[in-house]
Amino acid sequence: MTAAETTLAFPKKRSSTALVWRQLRKNPGAVIGLIIVILIVFMALITPLIYDYDADVIKNNIKDRLQSPSSKYWFGTDDLGRDILARVIYGARYSLAVGVVAVMIALIIGVTIGAIAGYVGGMFENIVMRITDIFSSIPSVLLAIAVVSALGKSTQNLMLAVGLASTAPFIRVARAAVLVVRGEEFIEAARAIGMPGWKIILVHILPNCLSPLLVQATLRVGSAIISAAQLSFLGLGVPAPAPEWGAMLSTGRQYIRDYSYMTLFPGLAIMVTVLALNLLGDGLRDAFDPKLKK
Amino acid sequence: MYRYIIKRLLMLIPVLLGVAFIIFAIMDVAEGDPVYSVAGADATEEQLDLLREEMGLKGTLLERYFRYIVKMFQGDLGTSYISKQSVMKIYMQRLPNTLKLASLTMIVSVGMAIPLGIYAAVNQNSFKDTISMVISLIGLSMPNFWLGLLLIIFFSLELGWFPTGGNEEFKSIILPAVTIGAGLAALMTRTTRSSMLDVLRQDYLRTARAKGVSEGKVINKHALRNALIPIITIFGVQFSNVLGGSVLAETVFAWPGVGRLVVDAIDQRDIPTVTGALVMTTMLVTLVNLLVDIVYAYVDPRIKAQYTK
Repeated sequence: MTAAETTLAFPKKRSSTALVWRQLRKNPGAVIGLIIVILIVFMALITPLIYDYDADVIKNNIKDRLQSPSSKYWFGTDDLGRDILARVIYGARYSLAVGVVAVMIALIIGVTIGAIAGYVGGMFENIVMRITDIFSSIPSVLLAIAVVSALGKSTQNLMLAVGLASTAPFIRVARAAVLVVRGEEFIEAARAIGMPGWKIILVHILPNCLSPLLVQATLRVGSAIISAAQLSFLGLGVPAPAPEWGAMLSTGRQYIRDYSYMTLFPGLAIMVTVLALNLLGDGLRDAFDPKLKK
Repeated sequence: MYRYIIKRLLMLIPVLLGVAFIIFAIMDVAEGDPVYSVAGADATEEQLDLLREEMGLKGTLLERYFRYIVKMFQGDLGTSYISKQSVMKIYMQRLPNTLKLASLTMIVSVGMAIPLGIYAAVNQNSFKDTISMVISLIGLSMPNFWLGLLLIIFFSLELGWFPTGGNEEFKSIILPAVTIGAGLAALMTRTTRSSMLDVLRQDYLRTARAKGVSEGKVINKHALRNALIPIITIFGVQFSNVLGGSVLAETVFAWPGVGRLVVDAIDQRDIPTVTGALVMTTMLVTLVNLLVDIVYAYVDPRIKAQYTK
């Protein structure tokens, strides 16, 4: 038997992760998105090595206030003389943290509720889905505003508000994914050997629903970052003097007439981050299910 | 068709009550016990108790909720802590401005999205398609309030074409409408493209072309009409986003609508106004979604057929 015949007889087995990665690499948009996301995360991680939070990011420097972009201050300075470049770079830590934690909250609550509803079925599923419909009919910005005004302004409450306002889509995705695998033979087999329901959901059902949840989570981090920035812009988000991008835009708005550069860079940072996450999310969706690609 | 409408109307009742309950319960946590701030520091316990009675703050959450709902159906949403006016009256004064803005926003977004979506679908996988999709992806990724600020910088401060805010002249509405509409147009462009691509592959379009029908007529008469069904669905969902987005755009452009009313009321801890405005706005969204579902059923004969048998 020649080497070629051996390969034909025993085709090299590829894991599903490797297949998804191969699909993802073929999509230039997704690759660009992934590179930008990695760069932003890397930048957010190493920022404390470049800038000192107290001295460079939040400390007032009144003698250098409202300086236009120059070789000394590439993005200019704000109303309190702080370097906008340092604040934009440090802001990535806040925005990414809020976006990721909010989506984690939505994911944990949504998947738990959606998976149980899908697995149990019947009247329980019906009630859960009608309550989800009710939550979905409240515009997410208004729901997040209501939650923050109830709990008070803080970074943790902002994460919770954005997370709760993003929960409904995860309930739907998890339930739909569970419905697809609920009737499979391996689930029947697990039931037949007396495995408890929670264990079947955790060990057998959820690992089979990972791909739609991963796509949904990637796309939702972007919208969570925008929601958090919206709330901070309205004065309901991360409290001053933290360098959150939405809060920086809110300050910039007060000086828009004469110092418009203050509104340019934080907004650009939000847009590039969300764009990269959207490109990556779209790419992941196509890689997991190439039929969806048009 | 009437059976469908009646069924949907009946299904709306629990949704409306549920929505009102969620907002009422969240705002109840926010409120705490407001009698201390209203009555002042030197009020006696009897006076505080009387005030609680007057403000409808006595009883359990459910009791207060039912009282609120009964009053709401009588047109009473309580009294503002700040202006001492009826919340319903304040809301109704602001609502026309928000509806005016929302209507123009929908026109702007549909006006941008449908031509761009068709253009992208007809030129699928070409450079033109890629450019259209990149534009829509940028639109989806751009925070609308930032776009509003950029529009102010360019069109108001640099060119002087539009006012920076307010509601004094007709031109004032253009920038806020574009601000909210751009993001919605981005999503609608993607839906239109995807929906048109589905339709463009159908046999009846090939037949129409084979019969010698002009390409313009094939696209506008045969394809677009059938592609409209998912676009109408998105239209309903978008109205919710328009009202959500209006909170930000109204703040950026100092537009005197419901969104700004909510933000100002939160700043002043005017809980009855926040609760009333949120409940009414969410109910409005739910009603618009119902209307869209009815239009959807009217446009799609398959849904109509289910209820006419």
